[in-house]
Amino acid sequence: MPDVQSMVAEFVNKLRKRKIEGSQATAKCTVELLRSVISHQRVPHANQAAALIDAVKAVGQQLVAANPVELAVGNVVRRVLHIIREEDLSLTTAAMAGLDLLDASDDDDIDNCKGIGYPAMSAAVVAAAARSTLRPPSLQTLLEGTPESATVPYTSSSGADSESKSKSADKSSLTRKLKHDVIEGVNQLIQEISGCHEQIAEQAIEHIHQNEVILTLGSSRTVLEFLCAAKEKKRSFRVFVAEGAPRYQGHLLAKELVARGLQTTVITDSAVFAMISRVNMVIIGAHAVMANGGVIGPVGVNMAALAAKKHAVPFVVLAGSHKLCPLYPHNPEVLLNELRSPSELLDFGEFSDCLDFGAGSGSLQVVNPTFDYVPPNLVSLFITDTGGHNPSYMYRLIADYYSADDLVM
Amino acid sequence: MESRRNPRAVVDPKVRQVGFFTSSQPDSSSTQQQQQQTDPIPASASSPPVSTISPSGNSLSPVMIPPPRLNSSDTFPLRGAAAGASSAVSPSSFSYSNRRDFPDGSTTASPGRHSRGSFVKSSTPVASSLPGIGMDSMAAAKSSSVPASGLTTVSVATMPPGLAEKASGMEVQSDQKKNSKPLKEKTTKAERRAIQEAQRAAKAAAKADGGKVPPGTSASVASTSVKVAKPAKPSTQKNEVSVAAGVTEKKGGPSEKDRKKDAPHPRMQYDDESRVVKAKRRAVVKQTEAKNRVELFRHLPQYEHGTQLPDLETKFFQLDPMHPAVYKVGLQYLSGDISGGNARCIAMLQAFQEVVKDYSTPPEKNLNRDMTAKISSYVSFLIECRPLSISMGNAIRFVKNRIAKLPITLSESEAKAALQSDIERFINDKIIGADMVIVKHAVTKIRDGDVLLTYGSPTAVEMILLHAHELKKKFRVLVVDSRPKLEGQLLLRRLIKRGISCTYTHINAISYIMHEVTKVFLGASSVLSNGTVYSRVGTACVAMVASAFRVPVLVCCEAYKFHERVQLDSICSNELGDPNAISKVHGREDINYLDGLTNNANLQFLNLMYDATPSDYISMIITDYGMVPPTSVPVIVREYQKEHLLV
Repeated sequence: MPDVQSMVAEFVNKLRKRKIEGSQATAKCTVELLRSVISHQRVPHANQAAALIDAVKAVGQQLVAANPVELAVGNVVRRVLHIIREEDLSLTTAAMAGLDLLDASDDDDIDNCKGIGYPAMSAAVVAAAARSTLRPPSLQTLLEGTPESATVPYTSSSGADSESKSKSADKSSLTRKLKHDVIEGVNQLIQEISGCHEQIAEQAIEHIHQNEVILTLGSSRTVLEFLCAAKEKKRSFRVFVAEGAPRYQGHLLAKELVARGLQTTVITDSAVFAMISRVNMVIIGAHAVMANGGVIGPVGVNMAALAAKKHAVPFVVLAGSHKLCPLYPHNPEVLLNELRSPSELLDFGEFSDCLDFGAGSGSLQVVNPTFDYVPPNLVSLFITDTGGHNPSYMYRLIADYYSADDLVM
Repeated sequence: MESRRNPRAVVDPKVRQVGFFTSSQPDSSSTQQQQQQTDPIPASASSPPVSTISPSGNSLSPVMIPPPRLNSSDTFPLRGAAAGASSAVSPSSFSYSNRRDFPDGSTTASPGRHSRGSFVKSSTPVASSLPGIGMDSMAAAKSSSVPASGLTTVSVATMPPGLAEKASGMEVQSDQKKNSKPLKEKTTKAERRAIQEAQRAAKAAAKADGGKVPPGTSASVASTSVKVAKPAKPSTQKNEVSVAAGVTEKKGGPSEKDRKKDAPHPRMQYDDESRVVKAKRRAVVKQTEAKNRVELFRHLPQYEHGTQLPDLETKFFQLDPMHPAVYKVGLQYLSGDISGGNARCIAMLQAFQEVVKDYSTPPEKNLNRDMTAKISSYVSFLIECRPLSISMGNAIRFVKNRIAKLPITLSESEAKAALQSDIERFINDKIIGADMVIVKHAVTKIRDGDVLLTYGSPTAVEMILLHAHELKKKFRVLVVDSRPKLEGQLLLRRLIKRGISCTYTHINAISYIMHEVTKVFLGASSVLSNGTVYSRVGTACVAMVASAFRVPVLVCCEAYKFHERVQLDSICSNELGDPNAISKVHGREDINYLDGLTNNANLQFLNLMYDATPSDYISMIITDYGMVPPTSVPVIVREYQKEHLLV
């Protein structure tokens, strides 16, 4: 336990000091931390899932508070919560399926769904109802108009007088099973996050053709892998990279691209509009994708998106699924941006005497935001590890990944 | 192209000029008309298509508005002064310029074109009525004064090429070879008709072998006596084009030539190897070609930066043909010490003043021609140092025009004094004065509580802000800057010194701050006649984001920077800065990702200097003629371009 606490504290510290850059790295660290939290969490016999959820939520809240701008943290915490809920649910339904044989009055197995024990009958109904939400109703049940749940009580009550000896042994195995399944699920999530680049890059050849001119800005590993994947498939194309002042991430990306043998041209950010008319496609890596299909990306992205719209150039956003955020950009809890140090823009010595330090004394303010918001109507396509999607479809992807209960943490 | 332009020049005067025709001052437009009038008859015999084309339409183009009363009355005193200064026949020159307001303006900008049938109809009655009058005025002019007659003859002499051009545009030179001699002499109507006949024949012949002439020459029409002397050698000056062409043409019949040259000339394309080689041979500045050129911009000069300066500095005392003042200005351009449209233009004009002051006509030479040639060579040197801005092109056009218009009667010292004062007046009226008028207009648009955004460091906008601050208006300024020049920091420093409260940011953050902005003030390097604003790179981004946020965009630009050229993108014509400025981030040692990669064949750096802002993003252009929408730019170009040249 104490070592988990210290791990959390350490990670929170890192987040707060912005030591971890990039949503992928952050997401990965977060999941790994949550995994150890889960594995160290002592689970009570009753309400195991609720206990896990509480523990994860408590840690998640700390992490999100540490860096509210890094939406990937919140996303991953929600994903883990969703995994716990789902595993719990599937266990419950599995148990319910076994209820045909088992004692139906055993309400301990299923009370984590409803909290307090109900009579066996109603518990079974709840479980069945839960199961029916997991599985789509068959065409036949739709036609007959008899909900599946209606049949459940009879079957369960019919097997109500079975022996109840195996109850306790079953329970302990269930407990272990839930935790085991959750950790399994979290491991899958980790794999998914670390493998999202390859998944996205695989789709590159479907989108990049010969002699294409591509504009990108900011430095995103996803974009790098995407472009290189197309290059490996013998497509030859050229890339314009906007340098992305004042962080000059574009220089970094250009260096990588050149190292991989791509034809690269570095342009100033101000030349984006001038060059966009000769560009076939704009590809950027997102920092986060909001539920409405809006994108938070490196600063300057909105300008490029507007220019692309003006010239009818496709604006393609690459985003791993951990960047899908179930929040809307107008939500008050979403801090969309972060202001960085003015020293990136101005030499401190030169203007320090007139800088406004918040006391209202100076006459100079310096604005140096990190991110930019692109509204969904400027985005042509999202490419995620599950394929290409329209901005208007984002809400559905998000519904797949998160439970509605976790949206507000 | 030509076949369209030339006739257009003709018709409008026909409609409008009738009232002015008795003037004793021979205007080349009138002479041209005579030519046009006389021409259908023989033309129909020899080459029918020409005659049908000749009276081109669009005389009453859609943008036909009378020249603003206010402005013309404003400028009249100027013209009077000009006439006085040049000590020419002042009343006649007055009426001359007066007349020019109409026809010449209409020639330059006329987007719409009427159907051919309509203009043929309209032109015929005029055609029948005009020649006689025209001849009268010609005769009067010849007899009246020496300079005037000089003008007429020259303009007549140069007419044929114009006509020839109209037909095909290619055979000009051959025509001139044949015709220039007889045309030099005073011609009678009959003679001229004969000449025309000859031309048509020549034209037909030339058509056969036409097409060899490089495009540059056909546009800049070697219609000048200078070029006629050494004919057909397509000595295409570098790409100063409008300038060089302007020069030589000015010499002869001024107004007709102006018209010709007003059509945008093809600029030098640096992917045309033969021309690049030729240009290099003449070059004073030895530029090294950049190794790693951006493919898309092969048509623009891409040189290694920073290599020529020491070499040139050592040559400072050896270069006899170059005037030291010009040389100095050139070096300042090269090193970037002088930048900004107005500053460069003023520096150049002042250097030319020095040139004029120190000038003495060599024996056996004509002041007009020799000085024009000199100026041309200086201009090509300046181009080698840094490509001219459009505003400088306009200023050079003005200077050459003034030189060409110097009456032969003037003594050398008088002529020099006149020129110097002309240049002085251009600086004062068209640049400094214009800025003051712009400030006066623009300040009315600033209200208390405004948040004004500006980009880079436009001088006009800076003056506006300072003036508004002096008027005790309360506003905040957002200075948006961009790499690699970071000119905004200079502006920021000056504004803060005056106590204006400022916010500074990078162009990338423009979307972040735009929501609080109430007005955007931008400067411009030039405003083109399709309403496109050609300006410091990034201006288009700012204007685009502003219009996306529904913030009005006001562009401040002196009218002398307007040009009738059109441009749709920022690729075809632009200037490339030093690519190394991009790879090296000044003052940020931690950004060194690209060190050592500058010679990698896969990596290029593109440092664009300008971009073209589409007119839809611009709410208003504030100029010395008032505040106009971008759609009115061609009107201003048309109505006032000639006036710039005449001042």
